[in-house]
Amino acid sequence: MQFSFSDEQEQFRTGLRRFLNEKSPPSEIRRLMATDTGYDRDAWKQLNTSLGLTAVQIPEAYGGQGFGFVELAIVLEEMGRALLCAPYFSTAVLAANAILNAGTEDQKQALLPGIAAGDIVATLAFTEDNGRWDSSGVALTAAEQGGGHRLNGVKSFVLDGHTADLIIVLARSPGSAGDEGLSFFIVDGKAQGLERRLLKSVDQTRKLARLTFDSVPAELLGEAGAAAAPLARTLDQAAVCLANEMVGGAEHMRQSALDYVMMRMQFGRPIASFQAVKHKCADMLVEVELAKSAAYYAAEAAAEEDAELPAIASLAKACASDAFIQTAKETIQLHGGIGFTWDNDTHLWFKRAKSSEVFLGTPVYHRELLMQRWNV
Amino acid sequence: MSEPTEESIRAEVSAWLKANWNPDLDLVQWRSLLADTGWGMPSWPKEWYGKGLPASLASAVQDEFRRIGAIGVARSGVRLLAAGTLLEHGSDALKKKFLRRILTGEDNWCQLFSEPGSGSDLAGAMTRADLKDGKWIINGQKVWTSGAHHAQYGLLLARTDWNVPKHQGLSYFIIEMEKPGVQVQPLRQMNGHATFNQVFFTDAVVPEENLVGSLGEGWKVATTTLMHERRLAADGIITGLPGKGGKQTGKAYEQERTETAKVNELYKWYPQRAGRPDLVIERAKAAGKNNDPVVRQEIAKLLTMNRAAQWTAKRARAAAQLGRVPGPEGSLGKLVGSHVARASAYVHTLINDADAMLTGEDSPMKGLIAEILVSTPAASIAGGTDEIQRNIISERVLGMPKEPVTGLDRPYKDVPKNTVS
Repeated sequence: MQFSFSDEQEQFRTGLRRFLNEKSPPSEIRRLMATDTGYDRDAWKQLNTSLGLTAVQIPEAYGGQGFGFVELAIVLEEMGRALLCAPYFSTAVLAANAILNAGTEDQKQALLPGIAAGDIVATLAFTEDNGRWDSSGVALTAAEQGGGHRLNGVKSFVLDGHTADLIIVLARSPGSAGDEGLSFFIVDGKAQGLERRLLKSVDQTRKLARLTFDSVPAELLGEAGAAAAPLARTLDQAAVCLANEMVGGAEHMRQSALDYVMMRMQFGRPIASFQAVKHKCADMLVEVELAKSAAYYAAEAAAEEDAELPAIASLAKACASDAFIQTAKETIQLHGGIGFTWDNDTHLWFKRAKSSEVFLGTPVYHRELLMQRWNV
Repeated sequence: MSEPTEESIRAEVSAWLKANWNPDLDLVQWRSLLADTGWGMPSWPKEWYGKGLPASLASAVQDEFRRIGAIGVARSGVRLLAAGTLLEHGSDALKKKFLRRILTGEDNWCQLFSEPGSGSDLAGAMTRADLKDGKWIINGQKVWTSGAHHAQYGLLLARTDWNVPKHQGLSYFIIEMEKPGVQVQPLRQMNGHATFNQVFFTDAVVPEENLVGSLGEGWKVATTTLMHERRLAADGIITGLPGKGGKQTGKAYEQERTETAKVNELYKWYPQRAGRPDLVIERAKAAGKNNDPVVRQEIAKLLTMNRAAQWTAKRARAAAQLGRVPGPEGSLGKLVGSHVARASAYVHTLINDADAMLTGEDSPMKGLIAEILVSTPAASIAGGTDEIQRNIISERVLGMPKEPVTGLDRPYKDVPKNTVS
């Protein structure tokens, strides 16, 4: 395992950070989060043509750049820091990896180049109204009909589900339960019988949708009834990616809190000179650095397909969720009254911390998974 | 003569060891040879028992010692802090008198800095040294002194001037411990062990020439000692580590093992002080608490923190190896270690439940669990309290301002301080 980034990776990060600072200032975040779409299609296209970000982890054989999870994690950390409003997590993390893990060779050839080029926004629809983050909550059914399949049921909490061009849907065969009978399907975003509704989310930078399927035509992705393993793998990889995105956000919060207390004067001195404030900032640094270590290690584990990945993915997700929400809370606290206003930017990251704490499973859920995966 | 290279040094030391190393020698006899040839402390100056080699070459020497399992100079306790301080600030007479016997292990040393009234604020020392008839008369009390009960000499920080501000009135002495007026008492800790001592001085006498550095410069000299404490590992010291595996026989090995065992006995509770997170899963299964969802959550929290702490230390090491500017990850270990210890004690409590009330033979792991529970509070205090660590992190890593300090503008006698009972 590597415990440091290479010089090339550090350069990649630096360039990306500069680009995102320029493209995603708070004014732009606020403009986009107020729209229903949630992102700017032209800016998204530019992000992918000039930096090739959706292509980073897609193999070269499918039009990608062929880097691994460490580079993908760097992208996510920087996007988390910049709070970029774009359908990146849905497209490059969830959908791309579901296709890589489950799809046939022909399907990968057909679907991934469009994602790598940034032409296609895609997502993975696996949760339903019950909000369960594994296959146990899946009730949406797929029935064979005339050589194809028809989907019936509801998906919810689908990231960018209202705008995606391509939706990978997790469904089960009628009468099946648990990990049995699960399959992935490819659904066109404009398919007949698909009704998409934007949900009102606390974190306006993360657009969630509820999708109703009424006999929607769908193409089987990969092998029928065999989605449980690729789903589990995709969710582990996604947890690793989210952990890295979260430590980027946590680091941004920590730094913005520090900048503020260094300049804020009370009682004739910067509040950064009070031990109550200094100790809080020291604790925040500890929390963020530990979470970074976990997220970076998890990215390495994903890149190397380490046997411990499922456990480490849950560990990193829980650790980064706790660190992000805690750091965001303390950042509001250190700002005092102004930190509770809409005009101050802190709440944007606080709300992202809140949605990320829950998305893909709460820390409590992942700690329990960690214990199971360590055979405790 | 050409500059030594790593290759030439390795060849030279391995030839020398081949000709001279003999495990049947008496340990002091062998170490005398090391001191006199300079191979014991190759990074020290040639005129003082060293070879004047840079640290990188000194570590190559260490490798060669390890490779053949040769014993190095004595290094237990604070002897090398004493040596480092003397090398930098001591008179030639003091160096001549003490350095060689430090390396041979004939003399033991202790560090007399902390006092009951000054722990985190070391410069607030109140032990006094008064010059009378050409001798320093010492009165006062030191505490948390490890090894004082078998030390011949102590590094003493004492106040020689009460009419100047705090840091300016201190001086640094070498005091003989086995003399009248010096009383050493073991300090029993809340876990029952007595690793440290209290040392009481009642008109103890220090010869005038035992002043280290100049009068009033004691704080500067003490800072050197403290820096050596941190630098010790990187200093290229020849350790007395016999090579791993294989039974090492010979008089020198036996004497060295006895010496190590004597030191280790004092610190046998230190692993328990760190909380023993390594025991948690096994203990939870043994007690059947691995099925309790609340306990599972706490175990997961603890082990997550513990793993993340290990990875953070590895990140710091990797950055150092690449020669990168040290990031914040290298400064957090002490504080994180105390978080792990505290969380671990909590989890052991949940797991052992009612048994956590017991100690000794009747209790889990014959008292080991109880020892964890009553030893972990030390992790947040020893070597700099959590609060001091947070000050260090916030000031040195984050660049935050220091709290305003009072009292530096007036004589120390006029500054409010603790009274010694």
